[in-house]
Amino acid sequence: MSTTAHAGTGPRPTATGRPTIVLVGHGMVGQRFLEALAERGLTATHRVVVLCEEPRPAYDRVQLTSYFSGRTPEELSMTDMAFVAEHGIELHVGDPAESVDRAARRVTARSGLVVGYDTLVLATGSFPFVPPVPGKDAEGCFVYRTIEDLLAIEEYAKARATTGAVVGGGLLGLEAAGALQGLGLATHIVEFAPRLMPVQVDEGGGAALLRTIENMGLTVHTGTGTQEVVTGDDGAVTGMRLSDGSTVATDLVVFSAGVRPRDQLARACGLTVGERGGISVDEQCRTVSDPRVFAIGECALASDGRVYGLVAPGYEMAQTAAATIAAEGTALTGTTGTTDTADTADITGTTTAASFTGADLSTKLKLLGVDVASFGDAHGTTADCLDVVYADSRSGTYKKLVIGPGGELLGGILVGDAEAYGTLRAFTGSVPPVAPEQLVLPAGAGAPVQLGPSALPDEAIVCSCHNVTKGAIRGAVTEHSCTTVPEVKKCTKAGTGCGSCVKVLGQLVTSELEAAGVEVDKGLCGCFPQTREELYEIVLALRVSSYRQLLDRYGREGARGGDGCEVCKPTVGSIIASLAPAIGAENHVLAGEQAALQDTNDHFLANLQRNGSYSVVPRIPGGEITPEKLIVIGEVARDFGLYTKITGGQRIDMFGARVEQLPLIWTRLVDAGFESGHAYGKSLRTVKSCVGRTWCRYGVQDSVRMAIDLELRYRGLRSPHKLKSAVSGCARECAEAQSKDFGVIATANGWNLYVGGNGGATPRHADLLAQDLSDAELVRLIDRFLMFYIRTADRLERTSTWLERLPGGLDHVRDVVVDDSLGICGELESLMAAHVAAYRDEWAATIDDPEKLSRFVSFVNAPDTPDPVVGFVPERDQIKPDLPLLTIGTRPLEGSGLR
Amino acid sequence: MTLAPETTTTLTLMVRLRPAGPDGTTGTTGTDGSDGSDGSDGTTGTDGEWFAVCDPSVLVPGRGVAALLPDGRQVAVFMDRAGRLYAIDNRDPFSGAAVLSRGLTGSHRGRPFVASPLLKQRFDLASGRCLDDESVRVTTYEVRVG
Repeated sequence: MSTTAHAGTGPRPTATGRPTIVLVGHGMVGQRFLEALAERGLTATHRVVVLCEEPRPAYDRVQLTSYFSGRTPEELSMTDMAFVAEHGIELHVGDPAESVDRAARRVTARSGLVVGYDTLVLATGSFPFVPPVPGKDAEGCFVYRTIEDLLAIEEYAKARATTGAVVGGGLLGLEAAGALQGLGLATHIVEFAPRLMPVQVDEGGGAALLRTIENMGLTVHTGTGTQEVVTGDDGAVTGMRLSDGSTVATDLVVFSAGVRPRDQLARACGLTVGERGGISVDEQCRTVSDPRVFAIGECALASDGRVYGLVAPGYEMAQTAAATIAAEGTALTGTTGTTDTADTADITGTTTAASFTGADLSTKLKLLGVDVASFGDAHGTTADCLDVVYADSRSGTYKKLVIGPGGELLGGILVGDAEAYGTLRAFTGSVPPVAPEQLVLPAGAGAPVQLGPSALPDEAIVCSCHNVTKGAIRGAVTEHSCTTVPEVKKCTKAGTGCGSCVKVLGQLVTSELEAAGVEVDKGLCGCFPQTREELYEIVLALRVSSYRQLLDRYGREGARGGDGCEVCKPTVGSIIASLAPAIGAENHVLAGEQAALQDTNDHFLANLQRNGSYSVVPRIPGGEITPEKLIVIGEVARDFGLYTKITGGQRIDMFGARVEQLPLIWTRLVDAGFESGHAYGKSLRTVKSCVGRTWCRYGVQDSVRMAIDLELRYRGLRSPHKLKSAVSGCARECAEAQSKDFGVIATANGWNLYVGGNGGATPRHADLLAQDLSDAELVRLIDRFLMFYIRTADRLERTSTWLERLPGGLDHVRDVVVDDSLGICGELESLMAAHVAAYRDEWAATIDDPEKLSRFVSFVNAPDTPDPVVGFVPERDQIKPDLPLLTIGTRPLEGSGLR
Repeated sequence: MTLAPETTTTLTLMVRLRPAGPDGTTGTTGTDGSDGSDGSDGTTGTDGEWFAVCDPSVLVPGRGVAALLPDGRQVAVFMDRAGRLYAIDNRDPFSGAAVLSRGLTGSHRGRPFVASPLLKQRFDLASGRCLDDESVRVTTYEVRVG
């Protein structure tokens, strides 16, 4: 069953002459240990052999439950086989160690494989504790630990269960309960302690958690134990009898009542284990019985007398053991190793002492969708400590801080809202700069305080998974020239564990960069050192109509000749499309090389929706449409079974089109006189209008006609971001023109032009650019304004943010486009004139061109077979995406490979 | 399912796929360990046969196509600027939608990737690893023209 992964690089030289490290167990901690060995160069100086019991290499056990939301076992994998191969690690999966002969320094695996060792590292993990109740082994009883357990639960649940019960309401129990509920079972949780998650939260937190979980439809039984698993005639589970005398009918039982260290192998070879289990180790994670044997992770009884069941302490032990082996390897083996790499400048500062004396048990989890966090002295065991508690049972929020006699923050519990976890944990041990109650009150209550991470002391731990201090993160920016979060993550490892500190990390990096006055690279992306504006100038001045040409000539050195990236491709594609008539490029986003530059929406001329289907929006200029055209839209939507909805831009959106249906739908629409609405593009969307003077008794101008004129003039204009517009027929502003990129409001004397408005997440009222314009003046000014925006804005920068960013703001824009201070207005106008003259409908051009049409297939080898993941279910007499289809993975374990 | 018939006269050059090993480069097993190889020489047998999906001329540099395998799996096949072919699972693990073939490709530090068209997470085309979330990886396939 074992597989040796030398693939790719070929076998390394045999072990002769190299000391051997044998790792027993390849879980998360084992994998971390291997990485730590590699980081210290030990994989080069040592032969490393791994014996792994499970049939697959290390995977993310913490995320096990995500299997039920569609992650495949493969996606849970933490093992990069390239890493294993690169470092010549001999990984034997499905071949557990059976015995250790310490005198002969040999491990024997189940397959009969015998490996001699110089150093043995036990990372055997733990096993689920199953309380010794009658019936515990009946059919339908499971534990929750491995992917195989999950597969067995899933199979049983699907075949014969409608109800499930989890024994244990701790962290893993709630995970398991979430999984059962996800399988559609009516789910019970039985917890012996008087509250859920007794280790992490106190009574108040448990109550908040209970309410929230009961609201989700789970049944919770606390303060009662399981007395017996009841079985039916066929020997399968039918229920449980609880110690309070009650019974629970259930088809399936999952025991998740804690874990115990797997120390059998250690016991059998005479290593000292603790009274309640766990292989006794010292501060270096070396077993107290044998200097050649280490134990790390959940199987180890640490020097502080505890067995740690969390992954972060296990990682720390892995690092400690690796550092110790690196530092002392020569002493034991007598060979020369690269021992000096062990404790060299590691700016995380975690390994200088290379000892594990105990760990912070702070955790932040999302269980059943509820945030639960506890940190420091969460239960207030310190003498003379005081509590600050905020509880809101309506929202299921509970927050408690434990404060020491000197005002220092000692720890706390957060349930329902753990937003402040990162900051609070970092302040643990120090006196926060504001009153503690302000740290737990919700925004809007009392005096909300946004306590930024810049207030943290340098020694505050920001990433507790890797023990990275704020000082180390600052150092990464100031001394190691990191300018981005990914760089800081790589440099310090901060944020690479549970990830809960990444937000704080981002804030710290930004504030450090600002403080240091570091010149931030303004280049568009990793491929181009120029800004979007600079690229626009290059494309226009040199008439560059090819992305490749631009990249190879003007890209960053390392990017030339490469494939570009998802940032610069659409950006350059947009610039070329904006300027196509002026620079002589082909005037269609799907023409030639341009097709490969477009984001998926532009590539399929439709809007991608969450399940992989598309929506279709024909242009309805000004929101005016004839009954005949309305009927066509209705017929098309009906014939293709599409969901229809009126948009905010006075159009009709048809959802649920499969990619292969798009040309058929558009053939019908084009035949009826419709054209693309460009709802998919970073381009003009819609010009809304009110009904105006024609019908309205207040109207002073014909707003509908103006809206139609403007929409037809600027349709198809590619720009840095989408463009929205509206025309109101009087000052009552029914078309909401002041929330648009360019909005027009009628006056008795003509038109007022407003620019830079926005709705959405950051609303901004538009600024008045010019007043009382004639029709021609209005159009000319908008021509100039839009072309100036297209020329100078950053990628994905709406007119509102562009206007705020430009030095001089609105006044500068007015100088340029009204007073022609730069002398470019003639050019801006002629560029727009070229666009208007060259416009043609993208969809009409596409359905006439077999080459462009060839992309509209579901599968290249089965063009008419619909994507099986795209399905729909009824809702309110229409359709909606069948989302469960998206979570049904095509799991490798089920497949029998290719035929 | 209407799979396009594979030409039996194999003179036509076709793009062919088969599942890659866990390191994304060879056909070694290892994720399930069920192929009973002794592992002593560091090489193991390959999984599955080559399956022809399309004529190479339909591939456009920088863009993908989706292919359907007989077992229902969907594969996104890409060609980079240098003409190298890559194939990964078409399912976007973050959304579940089968859309990776419709993403934009690029190269990052010399390694090719595709960005999901839905929420833009990037996946290394050779290893299947998500560049934006270390815990996520998509299946890779070996691909050849022949």
